[in-house]
Amino acid sequence: MVSRVVVGAHYGLKDWLIQRVTAGVMALGGASLAVYLAFHPHLGYAGWAALFSSGPVRTFSLLFLVCLYYHAWIGVRDIAMDYIKLVWLRFLIHVLVILTLIVYAIWSFQILWGL
Amino acid sequence: MKFRIYRYNPETDAAPFMQDYEVEIAQGMLLDALILIKEQDDSLSLRKSCREGVCGSDAMNINGRNGLACITPLSILKEPVELRPLPGLPVIRDLIVDMTQFFKQYHSIKPYLVNNDPPPETERLQSPAQREHLNGLYECILCGCCSTSCPSFWWNPDKFVGPAGLLQAYRFIADTRDQATSERLDDLEDPYRLFRCHTIMNCVDVCPKELNPTEAIGHIKDMMVRRLV
Repeated sequence: MVSRVVVGAHYGLKDWLIQRVTAGVMALGGASLAVYLAFHPHLGYAGWAALFSSGPVRTFSLLFLVCLYYHAWIGVRDIAMDYIKLVWLRFLIHVLVILTLIVYAIWSFQILWGL
Repeated sequence: MKFRIYRYNPETDAAPFMQDYEVEIAQGMLLDALILIKEQDDSLSLRKSCREGVCGSDAMNINGRNGLACITPLSILKEPVELRPLPGLPVIRDLIVDMTQFFKQYHSIKPYLVNNDPPPETERLQSPAQREHLNGLYECILCGCCSTSCPSFWWNPDKFVGPAGLLQAYRFIADTRDQATSERLDDLEDPYRLFRCHTIMNCVDVCPKELNPTEAIGHIKDMMVRRLV
């Protein structure tokens, strides 16, 4: 195999854009939760359970978490691209991170709808 | 004034070392002092040419910050003045670095006007407003201060174009006379070539011509988004 440097995987813009959109969703989610907590201090178990029994809260929480996982994927991939020079090791890290995040997403769904 | 200068001659030295110099000079530019040092010790190697910030050959790392020796006043420098070659590029000797990788990236963005129309009798004209867009882009002297201060360029000099190359890429994307805009955007829509930029902005901080590669990179991203949605 030749060892020429190859570039031209046309997904730079897509991932960069998704990273920004997911950050926006997380900022909105974080701010909403902060406002809710400001108006409902001393939230006990019953309060939290009531909050997460609502469909929209669960749905938005899942959206928030999926955004977090996708954002984390792009961030970790960026770090690997910057610092890890061995292609096989970079590939291995990419695969492990993707699989871990998929497991996290399934687990999040189970937690949110299992309450 | 006291100076500590990076010395390395790969043919005779096992490892680089710092050498101390002292010269009688109080005012002027750093390059003036370096010329005096060279009179003391003619084995010191550095590049210089126009001595007025136009040719970009005397770029070096001055007290930890990249800049041009010829337009850096001695009065602003803390002693001992530590001079090192531009970071991230192979050292040929002392303050001289091998800029092959830097120019390879510059050439990769096709730094020339692509226009397939037959040449007109006179010039290809632009309106003053269209010409205005090239301000802050065409002034780049390719000294390499920005790209060699960019961590993304340090980690991936073979794949990431770097701030200097991207500023020039945008110079041709912004040019109304150029007809290869789409191909230029295609070429940069890659996780390495443009998107290794993490907006660290060292490039803006060090540019001796006070240009803004980060802003140009932002404009390229804007154009890609406009093309996509």
